[in-house]
Amino acid sequence: MAKVDEPAPGVSKEEERSEEAAEASAELAVSPELVAGSVSEYLRASFARIRAGDTGILPVVGGLLLVSIIFQSLNSHFLTAANLVNLLLQAAVFSVLAMGEVYALLLGEIDLSIGFVGIGIGGTVLVELLKPSGADWPWWAAIAVALLACALIGLLQGSIITRIGLPSFVVTLAGLLFWQGVMLKILGNGGSILISDPIVIDIASGNLTPLASWIVVLVIVGLFGVMTWRRDARRRAAGLVAPPPGLTAAKIVGVLIGGVALVLLCNADRGRLVPIRGVPWVVLVVFGVLALWTFVLGRTRFGRYIYAIGGNAEAARRAGVNLARIRTLAFMLCSLTAGIAGVIYVSRLRSISTSVDGGTLVLYAVAAAVIGGTSLFGGRGKAVHGVLGGIVIAAIDNGMGLLGFDASTKYMVTAIVLLAAVTIDAVARRGRVAGR
Amino acid sequence: MDRGCGPITVVLRGSVTGTVISDVGAGPAPGPPVGAAEPLLRLRGVTKRFGPVQAVVGVDLEIPAGQVTALAGDNGAGKSVLIKCIAGIHAPEEGQISWEGRPVHFRTPRDAAELGIETVYQDLALCDNLDIVQNMFLGRERVRRRVLDEEDMETAARETLSSLRVTTVRSIRQPVASLSGGQRQSVAIAKAVLWDAKLVIMDEPTAALGVTQTAMVLELVRRLADRGHAVLLVSHNLNDVFQVADRIAVLYLGRMVAVRPAAEMDRQIVVDLMTSGSSTRSAPPSGGAS
Repeated sequence: MAKVDEPAPGVSKEEERSEEAAEASAELAVSPELVAGSVSEYLRASFARIRAGDTGILPVVGGLLLVSIIFQSLNSHFLTAANLVNLLLQAAVFSVLAMGEVYALLLGEIDLSIGFVGIGIGGTVLVELLKPSGADWPWWAAIAVALLACALIGLLQGSIITRIGLPSFVVTLAGLLFWQGVMLKILGNGGSILISDPIVIDIASGNLTPLASWIVVLVIVGLFGVMTWRRDARRRAAGLVAPPPGLTAAKIVGVLIGGVALVLLCNADRGRLVPIRGVPWVVLVVFGVLALWTFVLGRTRFGRYIYAIGGNAEAARRAGVNLARIRTLAFMLCSLTAGIAGVIYVSRLRSISTSVDGGTLVLYAVAAAVIGGTSLFGGRGKAVHGVLGGIVIAAIDNGMGLLGFDASTKYMVTAIVLLAAVTIDAVARRGRVAGR
Repeated sequence: MDRGCGPITVVLRGSVTGTVISDVGAGPAPGPPVGAAEPLLRLRGVTKRFGPVQAVVGVDLEIPAGQVTALAGDNGAGKSVLIKCIAGIHAPEEGQISWEGRPVHFRTPRDAAELGIETVYQDLALCDNLDIVQNMFLGRERVRRRVLDEEDMETAARETLSSLRVTTVRSIRQPVASLSGGQRQSVAIAKAVLWDAKLVIMDEPTAALGVTQTAMVLELVRRLADRGHAVLLVSHNLNDVFQVADRIAVLYLGRMVAVRPAAEMDRQIVVDLMTSGSSTRSAPPSGGAS
């Protein structure tokens, strides 16, 4: 471990010694890329950090590998290109919904309503506005109004939670029931409404051409690489805390490999009757939401305040943060994101019906966010956790389906995975508190 | 600043010179050379009631720059209420508060913070999940085109920490959760300095700390005063008080019973004052610092 700060010359021996113990424990908790001087040191520090309980996205990546190995060994169809792309499509709704839930969880709150708000109301509004016999709106206007409706519902619920001071659990539980009722009211008895708008259908069913897939993915990877490299180089030049060049390069290469693998996977022909190739549009939609929320949470004041409120709301209040405003906005973005999931849901099923199970969907969203690594206790989590957790849940669903298990077994297995994820979170948390 | 609104009588005292340190039973402070200037903060007859309970009654206190003023008192003596009046959390019913000779009226903590009064609370008010830089800038993040300017903030935070010689932290990007109690206290104090505090109020800064950690924080308190900041230190711990304080103010049942240079007090006098409001003992010839 690199020694970053040498004790000042005037510091007494006694003080130096007393800090050793604190430093030893601090060493484990420091983000490894901030203190390491080389790639090997980084790896060593990472290992120490995992031992100390701060695991990041490692458990979910490990879990995903484990799930893949198990299903592949039981059914060799699991790791085919066709099935993996299908899995990504299945994961899209869970992932986006979970990214919305991350906003609530980061505050230390929960939003139980987003299943029926996003899929139920968002989806129903979209379908009603697209109906050729009804409003017959253009696709973009219908999507915009559907998302707006979700955002307004989030604003309303958030206002009730923050201004009146009610627990989010109760308010959003009421929301779950209420918006389910509204959805049923709009759709009527046992109704199912189909959509025919080609662009909305293409969101989940359309693909980029293989050439466009290469171009889009390589441009994204290129932008990421240039920005990451320039930022780290600038920080190193300014003498700020920064990862070593080798690590920055490794990160960029890793993303490049991931991007190339994705394109190769998607460009393989997965059609049965006609050839189907290319990266599905929905992958780009999920990625766009991920990039946007990662930026908002990581690089803006609003995002910083969400973390601060989740970590210590009183400290945030004393620092002059307007708690009510930030919390309300977070609930609004939570519902808005759920609306995007609703659009994807409608696009995938090409319809909306009264059988939408918003209750199960929202619980899957919470599970996905937590499995991905977001803490239920607030203050720790990222948008990417929602995406990874959504993929895990879809993988279980998909793999169990391939093996011929029915819904009962899927629920039980998902429950066990969720319990394991929460246990990891709680144990890691205990380790952190004890380690102080 | 809002003047003439609310019950506080506001009197301009800017022309008062040659101020002596307010006290009960002792002469002017012989201590550090700030004696002749207008004190940074002056309280006159500050009274705060909660219903029928008089928490603080007619308190006079002057806080000069460049000195550590310790505020001692038993539980319930009104120490917390008094510092909350100064920090803008409570508005006193009666009395005047002057800042740099000008009368002021705080309605919110923001008002006090704008003048340069920062309070380091007992429970520290740090977010465990954020790193040191993020905590130091919480609520006043620097942005460039609406995006957080991390590099600027990190540079400024590092300069402040090294100017206070807080060098024991490994990396200023480590989460506050991983710091020791003394380091956390140092970060909280550095946060006040970073925000250009002229007066730093500390509420029991060493209450939860071990011996060496306490020494580290007290050294930092001393350094703050030597850099010209005024420090108001609230503490039960007379060891701490005598170690760093230039002046000692004692509250007893909401009244200020003594404000004297530390050199004119000893431990026994302070204990007498804290428990009975008066002391018949005479000041030690060589000062009470242990």
